[in-house]
Amino acid sequence: MASVPQLQRQLIEYTASLYDEKYLDDQFLQLQKLQDESNPEFVVEVVSLFFEDSEKLLNNLATALQQKSVDYKQVDSHVHQFKGSSSSIGAQRVTNVCVHFRNYCEEKNLDGCLQCLQQVKHEYILVRNKLEALFRLEQQILQAGGSIPMME
Amino acid sequence: MSFIHLIGFGLKVGHLLLMLCYSFLTVISLNSFINDSQMKPNKSRKIWVKFLEIFSSKTSKIHHYYQYIGSAKFRKTWWRKLLILWIAFGTILALWIFWYLRSEALEKRKETLANMCDERARMLQDQFNVSMNHVQAMSILISTFHHGKNPSAIDQETFAKYTERTAFERPLTSGVAYAVRVLDSEREQFEKQQGWTIKKMTPVNKDKYNPEELEPSPVQPEYAPVIFAQDTVAHVISLDMLTGKEDRENVLRARALGKGVLTAPLALIKSNRLGVILTFAVYKRDLPPNATPEERIEATDGYLGGVFDIESLVEKLLQQLASKQTIYVNVFDTTNISNPISMYGIDVLDTGLQHISPLNFGDPSRKHEMRCRFKQKQPWQILAISASFGIFVITLLVGHIFHATVNRITKVEDDYKKMLDLKKRAEEADVAKSEFLANVSHEIRTPMTGVLGMLDTLMDTNLDVTQQDHVRIAQASGKALVSLINAVLDKAKIESGTIELEAVRFNLWEILDDVLSLFSGKSQKKEIELAAYISAKVPETLIGDPGRFRQIITNLVGNSMKFTKKGHIFVTVHLLEEVMKSIDAEPEPSSNDTLSGLPVADRNRSWEGFRPAGQIVCPPESITLIISVEDTGVGIPLDAQPRIFTPYMQVGPSIYHGGTGIGLSISKYLVNLMNGEIGFDSVPQIGSTFTFTAVFSNPKEQQINGQSMSEFCNMQAVVVDPRPIRAEVSRCHIQQLGMHVEIVSSLTSMLTMLTNGSQTVHFVLIEEEVWDQDLSNSVEFSYKLRNLNQEISPKLFLLSNSISNGPHQNNKPTVITKPLRISMLAASLQRAMGDNKSNSSNGEVPKLSLSKLLIGRKILVVDDNNVNLLVAAGALKKYGADVVCADNGRKAIALLKPPHLFDACFMDIQMPEMDGFEATKKIREIEHSVNFRIKNGSLSLQDYADISNWHVPILAMTADVIQATHERCLRSGMDGYVSKPFEANQLYQEVSRFFL
Repeated sequence: MASVPQLQRQLIEYTASLYDEKYLDDQFLQLQKLQDESNPEFVVEVVSLFFEDSEKLLNNLATALQQKSVDYKQVDSHVHQFKGSSSSIGAQRVTNVCVHFRNYCEEKNLDGCLQCLQQVKHEYILVRNKLEALFRLEQQILQAGGSIPMME
Repeated sequence: MSFIHLIGFGLKVGHLLLMLCYSFLTVISLNSFINDSQMKPNKSRKIWVKFLEIFSSKTSKIHHYYQYIGSAKFRKTWWRKLLILWIAFGTILALWIFWYLRSEALEKRKETLANMCDERARMLQDQFNVSMNHVQAMSILISTFHHGKNPSAIDQETFAKYTERTAFERPLTSGVAYAVRVLDSEREQFEKQQGWTIKKMTPVNKDKYNPEELEPSPVQPEYAPVIFAQDTVAHVISLDMLTGKEDRENVLRARALGKGVLTAPLALIKSNRLGVILTFAVYKRDLPPNATPEERIEATDGYLGGVFDIESLVEKLLQQLASKQTIYVNVFDTTNISNPISMYGIDVLDTGLQHISPLNFGDPSRKHEMRCRFKQKQPWQILAISASFGIFVITLLVGHIFHATVNRITKVEDDYKKMLDLKKRAEEADVAKSEFLANVSHEIRTPMTGVLGMLDTLMDTNLDVTQQDHVRIAQASGKALVSLINAVLDKAKIESGTIELEAVRFNLWEILDDVLSLFSGKSQKKEIELAAYISAKVPETLIGDPGRFRQIITNLVGNSMKFTKKGHIFVTVHLLEEVMKSIDAEPEPSSNDTLSGLPVADRNRSWEGFRPAGQIVCPPESITLIISVEDTGVGIPLDAQPRIFTPYMQVGPSIYHGGTGIGLSISKYLVNLMNGEIGFDSVPQIGSTFTFTAVFSNPKEQQINGQSMSEFCNMQAVVVDPRPIRAEVSRCHIQQLGMHVEIVSSLTSMLTMLTNGSQTVHFVLIEEEVWDQDLSNSVEFSYKLRNLNQEISPKLFLLSNSISNGPHQNNKPTVITKPLRISMLAASLQRAMGDNKSNSSNGEVPKLSLSKLLIGRKILVVDDNNVNLLVAAGALKKYGADVVCADNGRKAIALLKPPHLFDACFMDIQMPEMDGFEATKKIREIEHSVNFRIKNGSLSLQDYADISNWHVPILAMTADVIQATHERCLRSGMDGYVSKPFEANQLYQEVSRFFL
């Protein structure tokens, strides 16, 4: 088992890489700032809610786009939801894809939508994996008795 | 007569044409006049238009009429047909007139010819008759004196003499001769008696004529030898007239008829000229008129013949008439109609016109006529040609005018359509521009409010005087920027006419302080003297729109600042009455008596165009201020002066000075809104002075600037300044702090005043200029001042334009940087006095940060997105708010019913089922009905926490921060919007509006 400082360094580097690769943006930082003693599990709470929501939305989107006559209005509202929640947690790559997705919706471009659905799924799984990894690291630090270092 | 008629007709036609031209011209000119007069109402032009309207009432009807005629194309072909018709008509008219005039002339010519011919014929006839009568008379004479007497009383000699002397009586005869009737039986005796034989008449040449050579007449039953002859025809004596063919016939006819008879024209013997011979028979006794020819023949005694030399005679006659030249005259014997014999005249070419007059020479068996011709052919008909040509030209001209008019109308119409199109496009572009400007301005305004808010918070922290000043400047500048953006928005509002003025109480000094603060940095950097002066008569607080008032002054000072490199900018505020009085009373201030000593534009001239004070109608409690901003800048070029208040107008390229160019036009509009006027006077290279008036209300009780008053009340200050105006400015500021002020012009007089004066002087303010003038003197002065034998030695200040203090001096007193402002002056004086009261009074608890605002507040967050909801709630909780969540509009409505449990609500706009706008509308409806019922009394006030007007602040949460959304928010009854995810500054800004 690695030592606490090592883990802490690892966490910082990992977080930094997430920002660098634009998986996350400032909003995630803001989110982290909102977490304090009175609300110690805030980030995890929000992010797991996001995962839950997202999976539901992705399912909805997949079924909506498989319909014979696609209800683009509904698809759009799903994507809007997805965009809102992703931007709330700062998953900016997901948000960006959502923006494209909505454009295709407006154009009623089925191929574009399907392509975007794949992309957004992909991005979502990526960011989920990254965030899960991040939380695991944090858990490890906490279990090792260390504190989570704050990013500047 | 007919010619006069023709002229009359021509005049009428001309008049008609003129009227036609006139009406066409009127159509054009009326249009252009109307257009012109719309643009530039001009008295004389209006009269013209009226005049034209009266004159062309009919024409304009036509004009209106053709506007209704179908399409332009149709009209064009119609016009073209009309044009062709018109030209054809004109051509026919011209031809007709030509023909008419020509035939008139021909007729006249014919008449003239007939007149002339008849006249000549008559004269010829008359003269011939006269001659004939005389010849007849002569026959009587012979009958009486030759045959009546025995022996005869006449012999050849007598006859010749007589005839010679009476020749004038017979102008047409060239000679007369008498032949006697001799029967063959009497021949011998007769020949004997006469001494010659009767000779036969043979035509011979004139040259060879010799009577001796003539043959004697052959034997015949009777003879008619000539016995008497006039000398001119003496050669015919002894010739037997019956031997000449013509003569014989003549003689026989004459004695049978008893009348004069004429021969056909014949060549005369000897002279060989053409002539006729008139023969009369002489009878033995008087015969009754009805005597038979036989009786006459039997009674015949002889024959008297007169030779008429027609040719010379006619010539003579024509010469008498003296107009021989103009016509040819031919005389013919037309007894044999098929072969007329020419008696006079030469054969000439046919000149067209000919007149024939019959001649009656008294011989019924012979017919004569006179034929007359003009010598010249008919001359060119100048009148006819020119008249018809003129008409043709007029037709063409009218046609041309007509054509040009139609073309012009078409062109104008096309242009008009084009203009309309362009106008439409320009207007669209303008709308787009305005929208764009409004959007951009709004987007800039949003962050600016954040900046200003933060500066506000900064002000409340513990700052020293300089820092405070800096923050104040930053704040003022920020406000100015916002107001600039507002100006752009204002422009749009002005264009739509929806701008309205506030009426709130404000402090005039504060406004001017603000403006000066805003420009203090610049003025110090440029070393320009910037000052404001408010007349003591102007009340300190007024009711009006401080924002707009400041906007005007800021704009004017800003302009001055842009264009001034040295000298001063001076803002003065007076009561209008004060100024109006002083115009008459005060002499013109000398040119160097200005703030910086530089010459300025004449202030009085800048309000020359204003209405006289008496004419401004305002309520009695109102106050009219006159505000001047005077600078010593580059001035406005004369050619640009009239356009100075035009929007977007700038003198020279704007890159030199920046700015949008709408400031002055907005200012003018605002001044007008304040019932004032704005004017200016500018002298290039000297400076400009802008003056405006504004009407404010005067509040009943004046607020007193308590704090400053109490601190400096009744203290004594002295201003050392040789320049009266500048000193006056300083004094008015210091007086505003409640102090007594004296002005002295030099350090020396200051000293004398200090040493002699009994009163205590607390502050001495010296112009830097005075101080720098003589440094040694100044140092000495400060030394003396310190050693003055007084309780408190006066505090020394320098009033300086620039921050740079030049060479450092040990003894240099505290510098107060101009522009003088009350707050800054007070702060500086306080600091010098060494008490920190001001700091403590300003150092209150700093204004609340976001968490202070939100702590304990109960807030409802509505969002259908769980994640967003959680994040928003988390953020608000972080600031200490008590957050309740709702995930759709319906729940929100259920929760937001008066009496409200929540202090505010943040609502997402885009939600399924019911979006934020709709939900808010519903909530507002419920609130309204509750409010209404409370007012009605149907709901008791107690149940609603004694609040009669329920209105929960609802803020939209949205990711789109575009203008349209914002406006829609406000329309739906929302109070504002925050962007999602939250930004602390914006959140603060919006929330502070409700919770402060």
